[in-house]
Amino acid sequence: MSQPSISKSMTIGESGLAVVFAVTAFLCVIASAKALDAPFAFHAALSAAASLAAVFVIVNRYLDRPAALPPQEINGRPNYNMGPIKFSSFMAVFWGIAGFLVGLIIASQLAWPALNFDLPWTSFGRLRPLHTSAVIFAFGGNVLIATSFYVVQKSCHVRLAGYLAPWFVVVGYNFFILIAGTGYLLGVTQSKEYAEPEWYADLWLTIVWVVYLLVFLATVIKRKEPHIFVANWFYLAFIVTIAVLHLGNNPALPVSVFGSKSYVAWGGIQDAMFQWWYGHNAVGFFLTAGFLAIMYYFIPKRAERPIYSYRLSIIHFWALIFLYIWAGPHHLHYTALPDWTQTLGMTFSIMLWMPSWGGMINGLMTLSGAWDKLRTDPVLRMLVVSVAFYGMSTFEGPMMSIKVVNSLSHYTDWTIGHVHSGALGWVGFVSFGALYCLVPWAWNRKELYSLKLVNWHFWIATLGIVLYISAMWVSGILQGLMWRAYTSLGFLEYSFIETVEAMHPFYIIRAAGGALFLIGALIMAYNLWMTVRVGEAEVQMPVALQPAE
Amino acid sequence: MKAILTLDNLASGLVTTIWTPVFVAIFLAIVAYAFWPRNKAAFDEAAHLPLREE
Repeated sequence: MSQPSISKSMTIGESGLAVVFAVTAFLCVIASAKALDAPFAFHAALSAAASLAAVFVIVNRYLDRPAALPPQEINGRPNYNMGPIKFSSFMAVFWGIAGFLVGLIIASQLAWPALNFDLPWTSFGRLRPLHTSAVIFAFGGNVLIATSFYVVQKSCHVRLAGYLAPWFVVVGYNFFILIAGTGYLLGVTQSKEYAEPEWYADLWLTIVWVVYLLVFLATVIKRKEPHIFVANWFYLAFIVTIAVLHLGNNPALPVSVFGSKSYVAWGGIQDAMFQWWYGHNAVGFFLTAGFLAIMYYFIPKRAERPIYSYRLSIIHFWALIFLYIWAGPHHLHYTALPDWTQTLGMTFSIMLWMPSWGGMINGLMTLSGAWDKLRTDPVLRMLVVSVAFYGMSTFEGPMMSIKVVNSLSHYTDWTIGHVHSGALGWVGFVSFGALYCLVPWAWNRKELYSLKLVNWHFWIATLGIVLYISAMWVSGILQGLMWRAYTSLGFLEYSFIETVEAMHPFYIIRAAGGALFLIGALIMAYNLWMTVRVGEAEVQMPVALQPAE
Repeated sequence: MKAILTLDNLASGLVTTIWTPVFVAIFLAIVAYAFWPRNKAAFDEAAHLPLREE
C-alpha cells in the first residue's frame, strides 16, 4: 500500500493502521455474512464500511500531507493539535442535543404512555438506555476527551502525542457510541445499567480507551512544564479507573462469535456487587473526577484567578481516590448483599462528603477577588453554579445512602431527582461552561458570538433544572410514603396503580423542565455555531472578556 | 469469623486487615506532603499554572 518516494513515506502508524483496518473490513464482511441475528449483521456491515472508510481516509491524508509530519513547535511555541478537540467538541454538542431530546421523549412517555407507539424500537425500555448513554458517554465523554486533550497540551506546554492516535481516539470513541446506540434501538443489550453495550462493542471500547490512555500519558511524559498540573491528575484517574471498571464489570462469554448475545461471567449477588462497584465508580470517576479536572482548569482560566488552595486540591484528589471505590454497595441496600457490605458502602458514602465539599469550596473560593465577574460573565456564572450543584448533590447523595433514608427513597423518583441535580446541574453546566470557553479557544476566535444568548441559556436551563428536581423530590417522597402506608388493619393502604396515578402531574412538570433544558442546549448550539462561522479571528492574545450588556 | 486457625487463614486475614492501616498511612503521608512548609512556594506557583501559558 505504501508508495515510498524519495522524501515522503508512510509512517509505521499510517501503514500499520491502514493494513489493520483493511483486514478488519474483510473480517467484518465475513461476520456480517455468517451472522446469527439481524442486529449483529447490521453492526458487522457498519464496522466493515467504517473500516474501509478509515483505510481511505488514512491513505488520502497521507497523499495530501507534506513529507514532514506537523512540527512539535513553531517559533519556539508548542504547535498545539486542535483538530481532534474540534471534532470531539462538535460531537459533544450533537450528542448532547440528541440525548436531551430522547430524555424529553421518555419523560413524556412516562406522563403519556401512548407515546411508546406500541413499537419495540420506540418503547421506553429501549429508549431509556439510549438517553442515559447519549448524555453520559456520548455528550459527557466527548466533553471529557475534548477538554482533556486541550488541558493536557496547554498545562504541559507540548503538542499532543501521536499523529493518527488522537484521531483514532475521538473517531473510534464516537463509533463505539454509534454501535451502542443503534444496538439499544434494535434490542441488543446485556442488561447491565450504564454498561448495556454487548461484548463486541465492549472490546472495541477497550482498544479505543487504551489508546486514549497512551496518548494522554505520552503527552504528560514529554511535558515541558516540570509540574504535573492537578487537572491532569484528575483526568488520568478518570481514564485509568474507567478502564479498570470496564474490564471488571464486562467479562462475558458470547453465545457465538457471529451473534450479539453474550452471558456475563459473574452470577447472582457477585454480579450485582460488580455492577454497582462499576456503576457508582462511573459516577465517581467519569461524572466526578473527569469534570473536576474541568473545574480546576477552566474556572481559574475564566476567572483569571489562581486556584484558591493548591494544597487542598491535592488532598481533594487523594481523598476521592481512596474513598470512592467502596461507595457502590449503597445501591444494594436491603438486598441479598451481606449486611456488613451494605453498612461499609453507607459509611464510605458518608465519608465522601468531606472531600466533595472540600473540592466544592476550593472551586468556589477560586473566585475570591473576582466575584464581580459573576455579574458580567454568564459563562463563569454557569461554571460556578455547576460547582454549587456539585455541592448540593454530594450532600444529598451521602444522605440518601444512609440505610433508613434509603428505605424511603430507594426505587422512587427521589433517586431520579438526585441523579438529575447532579447530571443537569453539575455535569451539564460545567460542560456547557467548558464548551463556551473551549470553542473560541480551539477555533481561534476572539470571543463568543453572543454573551446575551449564554445568559438566556443559563436562565432557561436553570429554570428547567429547578422544575425537574423539585417535581422529582415531591413525587419521590410521595411515592415512598404511599408504598409504606398501612391501614389500621395492617393492609397496604394504596394499590400500586394508585401510586402511579399520583405521579402523573409531577411527570408532566418534569417533562416541562426537560424541555426547557433542551431549549437551552439548542441556544448554545446556535451560539457556538455562529462563534465558529462569523467570529472574529484572534490575534495571539489571551481571551479578553467583553462585559455583557 | 475464621473457624479454623490455619496458616492460610492467618495470612489472608492479615493481608485483608493490613490494607486499612497501609492506606491510612499513605494518605497521611500525602497530607504531610501537601502541608510541608517547604513545598508551599512550589504549590502556590502551580496554582497559577493555568494563567501562565502559550
